[in-house]
Amino acid sequence: MSEIKKIKNLKEFSTSADRFEGANLLCPGCAHSIIVREVLNATNDDLVLSASTGCLEVCTAVYPYTSWDASWIHIGFENSSTAVAGAETMYKVLKKKGRLKQPERNPKFVSFAGDGASYDIGFQWISGCMERGHNMMHIVLDNEVYANTGGQRSSSTPIGSSATTSPAGRISYGEKRNKKDIVSIMAAHGIPYAAQVAPNKWKDMVKKIQHGFAVDGPVFINAVSPCTTEWKFDPKDTMHLADLATDSLVFPLYEIIDGHELNITYRPKNIIPVEEYLAAQGRFKHLFKDEYKYLIKEWQDRVDEKWAYLQRREEARV
Amino acid sequence: MAFDKMELREVEVWDGNHAAAQAMRQAQIDVVAAYPITPSTPIVEGYAKFLADGYIEGEFVMVESEHAAMSGCIGAAAAGGRVATATSSQGFALMVETLYQASGMRLPIVLNVVNRALASPLNVNGDHSDMYLGRDSGWIQFDAYSPQEAYDLNLIAFKVAEDHDIRLPAMVNQDGFLTSHTAQGLKPLSDDDAYAFVGEFKPMNDMLDFEHPVTHGVQTEEDWHFEHKARQHNDLMTKVLPKIKEVFVDFEKLSGRKYNLVEKYNMDDADVCVVCMGSSVETAREVASEMRENGIKAGVVGIRVLRPFPFFEIIEALKDVKAVAALDRSSPNGAAGTLFNEIAGALFNTDSKTLLSGYIYGLGGRDLTKKHLVDLFNELQANVDAGKVTTKLQQFIGVRGPKLAYL
Ligand SMILES: Cc1ncc(C[n+]2csc(CCOP(=O)(O)OP(=O)(O)O)c2C)c(N)n1
Ligand code: SF4
Repeated sequence: MSEIKKIKNLKEFSTSADRFEGANLLCPGCAHSIIVREVLNATNDDLVLSASTGCLEVCTAVYPYTSWDASWIHIGFENSSTAVAGAETMYKVLKKKGRLKQPERNPKFVSFAGDGASYDIGFQWISGCMERGHNMMHIVLDNEVYANTGGQRSSSTPIGSSATTSPAGRISYGEKRNKKDIVSIMAAHGIPYAAQVAPNKWKDMVKKIQHGFAVDGPVFINAVSPCTTEWKFDPKDTMHLADLATDSLVFPLYEIIDGHELNITYRPKNIIPVEEYLAAQGRFKHLFKDEYKYLIKEWQDRVDEKWAYLQRREEARV
Repeated sequence: MAFDKMELREVEVWDGNHAAAQAMRQAQIDVVAAYPITPSTPIVEGYAKFLADGYIEGEFVMVESEHAAMSGCIGAAAAGGRVATATSSQGFALMVETLYQASGMRLPIVLNVVNRALASPLNVNGDHSDMYLGRDSGWIQFDAYSPQEAYDLNLIAFKVAEDHDIRLPAMVNQDGFLTSHTAQGLKPLSDDDAYAFVGEFKPMNDMLDFEHPVTHGVQTEEDWHFEHKARQHNDLMTKVLPKIKEVFVDFEKLSGRKYNLVEKYNMDDADVCVVCMGSSVETAREVASEMRENGIKAGVVGIRVLRPFPFFEIIEALKDVKAVAALDRSSPNGAAGTLFNEIAGALFNTDSKTLLSGYIYGLGGRDLTKKHLVDLFNELQANVDAGKVTTKLQQFIGVRGPKLAYL
């Protein structure tokens, strides 16, 4: 087992091993790059990475350039998880056969994918990887929309959000369905570790990523990734949006160990009303019309319910 | 290495699937990621059993779909080791997206395709619809006519695909059931000879070399995409066939078995011939011999390598023949048959006066009988005698109901 990297403060953290370059084509204010950097900086170990087709991929490996200073592969939209599972399998074989070039190295295998690539089209592939027990981590960059193709709904898009394929209009408030609870589904595979993380809570993120790297077996991480373009906020406000998401409990931070033991890892001192989170984003603007105000109330109820549920589960230790 | 060798008899009785699995064992495949589909399933089951019995040191990943099978193979190959899998029909169709990705990344994966019809209607038996579906995917495509050839061509495929000048994935096709499930006497190589022939896997741009991180599967737009695709196409068109010929020679030295890009039978003085693939080649050869006894100078041309297409060998093989039938075992769905088109393309702009006609046969496992072939050769002879194609250009062999013929 490799040593867990010790991180003292944000300055040191943000300037440590730079395996994901600032030079990329992601929008200014895109949280994808912040999350990726936080994940990579959580370890000094060698990395084998993959990305699904999506913003992260098209903006970081445009030939003849690459933003990645670590082994990286992109195959398609749905199969970043299985790409890394294949590489991890090859690593095991070559290790057994004594054919690794640097046998003393202890690489980590990580796939990144958007919510579209994880909640929807790549769902089966991830489920397969989790079920088969590959020693890998799948990280969702959950911006609740197909951003790369211009803002279509995914099964992570929350109710009331205006997406290009579920637009708010004269007679519609936009997306009609609730966000899929992917963490529970993945945890239900009985994997050693599943968690939700947020880029603003970087210490919590580092702890979870390090925990994920330390366990043997598949790990699933869902990271909220505020998207300036599709959520419609000022690029300078990315971390503010992440704060609103975690502090309103719209995106609660917790972990599930071995498929059942749930721990809440962040309890906001001041819980912010959901309304504030919604009001900060253009995609929910229409909800503030009188006729849709009831949806904001429903939103709040749902968030409260989920929070109560998470607390009950934590308390019950089941 | 920590695995047992297998003592093989000089002649083993193997079907085509087992032959492919044995070749995979002897090549000591590092990773197989697979999903079962009839009639190719026994190939990967064979690998799994060899692994379970300690004859291989490797890993078998039983994934949740064929798309994932090839995805896993791509990740494993990019990590730097020997990789293979098998599929058929619907599984092949589900893999198609990843086939392009594997070849675009220049990863030397070997895929055994046990040819089977494509639904609908669902059918588990053999035709070449899946083989043709893969023909533009940038893979090298070999075609085996018998279990022996399925075995030999697997070993050959690894050696060609993994060559650092080539670095392209390769398929070995064999006919569903007709070859895959027909046991025949077959001469295997010893484990040592087979492994020495294939050679140690030599990684290139592997993701597990942490001193030299690599980026695989980049994005290119109008500025670079054309160069990538053109270079890949160029390598297929210029480098692969010479390399295959070289490996065929090496293989002949080792085994005494001679392979050619295009297999000619009784072609030295043939007036009429059929061009076909798969198990039909053997039937056609038998009938061609019998036709000779009846005074018809019949020959057979078997396509051994479908991609890259051996244009010059085809032109050479057909240069003196007076009438040719291209036999396609797939439904062309709105066009002339694939082989018909490719042969026509090869002969165009040559001096050839060959009369070319196309026949569709054997869909979904329907037999191609000797009688069919006798009639066909006679029809070709009638064309020769008339100095023109006396029938429609595209005909169906042995389909019930009113005769189907077009163009
Ligand atoms: C098989 C397939 N279907 C559709 C697409 C088109 N496509 C590319 S990226 C993308 C959306 C990506 O969304 P997401 O996974 O949420 O990532 P994001 O761009 O939001 O980071 C789509 C639909 C594709 N590349 N492949
Ligand atoms: S569209 Fe959104 S997710 Fe995509 S690069 Fe821009 S901010 Fe990031």
